[in-house]
Amino acid sequence: MSVLDPVVELVRGLGTTLKMMFEKPVTVQYPEQKREVRPRFRGRHVLKRYENGLEKCIGCSLCAAACPADAIFVEASENTDEKRFSPGERYASTYEINMLRCIYCGYCEDACPTEAIVLGDNYELSFYDRRSAIYPKEMLLEPVPVVDMTTPRKVEPGVFTRSVPEMKDPQD
Amino acid sequence: MTKQVTLTIDGIQVTVPEGIVVADAAKMAGIDIPVFCHHPKLEPVGMCRMCLVEIGRPVRDRATGQFVMENGAPKIQFMPKLETACTNKVEEGMVVLTQSEKATEGQKGTLEFLLTSHPLDCPICDKGGECPLQNLTMEHGPGKSRFLYDEKMHLDKMVPLGELIWLDRERCIQCARCIRFQDEIAGDSVIGFDERGRRTQIVSFSDPGFDSVFSGNTSDICPVGALTTSDFRFGARPWELDAHASICTQCPVGCNTTLNTRREAKAGGRIVVKRVMPRQNEEVNEIWICDKGRFAYHYTEGKQRLTRPMIRKDGKLARASWDAATKLAADNFLKAKKDFVILASGRLSNEDLFNLKSLAEHSEGKACLYSNMAGGELTSLVGVGAGTNFADMGAGTSIVVVASDLYQEAPVWYLRVKQAAERGATLIVLNPRETRLDKYASFVVRYAYGDEVKSVQDLGKKSKISDAFLKSENAVILYGSEGLGLSGSASLASACARLLNDNGYAGKPNNGLIGVWERANDQGAWEMGFEVEEDLAKALKGKVVYIAGADPVGDDPKLAKALEGAKFVAVQDVIETATTEIADAVFPAQAFTEREGTLTSGERRVQRFYPAVPVTGDAKPDFSITSQIARHMGVILEGTSVSAVFDILAASVKSFEGLNYARLAEVRPQWPIVGRSDLYYGGTTYENKQGMGAHLSAAAGRGEKVSIPRVQKEAAPRPKENELLAVPIVKLYDRGTTILPSELLHERIGEVSVSLHPDAAQNLGVESGQTVTVSFNGVSGEAVVKVDETVPVGVALIPRSMGLAIREPVPAKVK
Repeated sequence: MSVLDPVVELVRGLGTTLKMMFEKPVTVQYPEQKREVRPRFRGRHVLKRYENGLEKCIGCSLCAAACPADAIFVEASENTDEKRFSPGERYASTYEINMLRCIYCGYCEDACPTEAIVLGDNYELSFYDRRSAIYPKEMLLEPVPVVDMTTPRKVEPGVFTRSVPEMKDPQD
Repeated sequence: MTKQVTLTIDGIQVTVPEGIVVADAAKMAGIDIPVFCHHPKLEPVGMCRMCLVEIGRPVRDRATGQFVMENGAPKIQFMPKLETACTNKVEEGMVVLTQSEKATEGQKGTLEFLLTSHPLDCPICDKGGECPLQNLTMEHGPGKSRFLYDEKMHLDKMVPLGELIWLDRERCIQCARCIRFQDEIAGDSVIGFDERGRRTQIVSFSDPGFDSVFSGNTSDICPVGALTTSDFRFGARPWELDAHASICTQCPVGCNTTLNTRREAKAGGRIVVKRVMPRQNEEVNEIWICDKGRFAYHYTEGKQRLTRPMIRKDGKLARASWDAATKLAADNFLKAKKDFVILASGRLSNEDLFNLKSLAEHSEGKACLYSNMAGGELTSLVGVGAGTNFADMGAGTSIVVVASDLYQEAPVWYLRVKQAAERGATLIVLNPRETRLDKYASFVVRYAYGDEVKSVQDLGKKSKISDAFLKSENAVILYGSEGLGLSGSASLASACARLLNDNGYAGKPNNGLIGVWERANDQGAWEMGFEVEEDLAKALKGKVVYIAGADPVGDDPKLAKALEGAKFVAVQDVIETATTEIADAVFPAQAFTEREGTLTSGERRVQRFYPAVPVTGDAKPDFSITSQIARHMGVILEGTSVSAVFDILAASVKSFEGLNYARLAEVRPQWPIVGRSDLYYGGTTYENKQGMGAHLSAAAGRGEKVSIPRVQKEAAPRPKENELLAVPIVKLYDRGTTILPSELLHERIGEVSVSLHPDAAQNLGVESGQTVTVSFNGVSGEAVVKVDETVPVGVALIPRSMGLAIREPVPAKVK
């Protein structure tokens, strides 16, 4: 080992530092800057709506049944054409997810027969107390694109009779 | 014993009684053959073709009739095609293959067909999770369908068959279980098939829709989600429910039930009862319950529940501590001495009644039963005892039903009696007007109101009917209080008891007297030694009264007046009533859903019920409240352990001897097998794992000498000329404290009515549907006229507990 070796290493190290000074930084200035999440990222849940604004969720509680952490609580009620939330007979009158319990496994997505619940890209979940970790339906539901598409709303009778969208050819 | 036959199913040798079908035989051997239309309680029809199996029969030599042998075993010849296991009866030497390739293919094909028009909306279906079609598709169905989805039949969804049952026509697979249940078992043919082919659909042809008190049972046996109850509509998913064993408290039959509970946000996060389901007890209710039992549980959860003890301060009820309230009551009870009256109803459990009776005995008080029907001391002497089971009654047994419309008063007994009659029992119906049971009766005696005693005594005299009655090996009499008050029913009971006792129809299984009481545990109160008071108003006036589980103020203005004149009134009840409003001390009691206890049914069977939901507020069980009051009076009664109270009860009341909570929780194997993993076989009825109860012993059964007093007087006054006699009858859905809070039943309850014969209506100048003023015995109120040809001319039928306080037959004026 030569006595000059440490000096060589030091110069090499400083050389790397010098090189990096002219490259684009990799750190993201969170929270001022936010990074795009990956397409299959599993963040906070969103309850989706159809294009006409009606809720996709029909209150079937299959997500709650599939949930390994018992984080979801659903209660159903009956739709009427005067006060319609979702297509068909049934809607979720209570829909709560306990975000402290949720393990973001995505089983609820898999169980959902109407693709109503989707794990979105929001990962900013923080609470001051346990109670506020329970997200009610109002917080989970996707905002409506147009104001007159809110639910519940009055619809023409006999149009929205089916809860589960009609299945197409089983070949697809 | 019936002849046994031996057959082989899937290689297992099974020996079963002759005459049963292959599907049932397989079930007995623990082999599941998938079925939809077959139900062990119904006649086979073979409509759904789900149970296709291969059946082979031994070949017989035509000349000798002997089996043709091949390699040392009988030669088996299989049918070229598949056969239905639900319509083929078992035969000696039969070989059944349920899992062969051919059979499996047949079952797959059937399911593929059944699903061609099924909407597959399981996610929103109330049956989803306990659905035979779902389960069998998972187990036996093809993974894919070859049929086109857009060719599915679209029929009406959300069709209310009545206000209690909803129909989804798309989900129906046309198995006709509901129609057959209504025709064969309930005897109310109010639904049927309409249209043909894939358009076949269920319709109700009664007004109001689905007019049967057994309609809820069709949703239990429906193998798909076509029939669901409006009470449980979207209530919860079946897998989220907890099950707790209970006993129905609506009538003296004592049907075994299961309370399904769940935590609910709508109820503020409390655990609530979501539905009442039948629990199998082949000796009591089989696998059925009536709609009143199924839908009238809501009073336990209403806003009217009492939650805190209260005492009257400056004329107003104010909250008080348990200690202060019980102390106040105890002080007044002590001061009253002989003026202390306990008024309890059959809504309470055996333990509650026993503590109340003990309190009366230890003080100088009197224990009264709040009832319109007497004769319980006789049912305790010659009542039915151990071994009694309506299912065993058939040829050789006489069943007499007198002064009671079982269909309205105790629907499940109506079912059981009807079935016994169909098995060959001699059914004798004695009633002044037509009842539903008449159709199945061997003899119908139509007496005039007031002739109850005479018509019963005539059964002991020489006549065609009495010959049939006296010839029978066993005899049971069910007596009610139609058209009778306390003295009338006492006379009738004694006439019935004498007839039974004199002819040796007492003290044996399937023999004895049964009271068709008003409330669930009236029989228990009688066993405990409670007595009825002929003139209750007089007995209450100026006294210190302790009322438990009764609402005399709301029921009868006369009693209300009497209680106004009482020195002190303490009331313990589950919900607020008119009586709690006038009380000086109010104690909140736990509902039957919140506590443990036992009830004695009219058949004298003691059965346990279990807690299902948490206690409301500060409520305590009745026996505990009584014990707390007693302690302040210096009397020590058990007040913490309900089973300990029962043990003391069993040691002190003779008919309860030898019974304890463990004994009451015993179960025996029952047929049909229901409620296990195979919901498609018996329906969603729950299996009985928590106890079938045990019979009380009757004095006659214990070998004691029984003497029945001779009947002193006529049962009731006869209608006089130019006078209208108002007589009380019983309606299933009335305005009782425990029914009214169930809003679902309001349409069935209807308005207070007065039924008249067309001639009587004409004489009075009133028409059907008109509102009239009825007045009798100081009571007056409005009622809607119903004109009915089955009503005798001189009487006006007034249902009990509907708003007009009728206790016994009285002359009335209708304007």
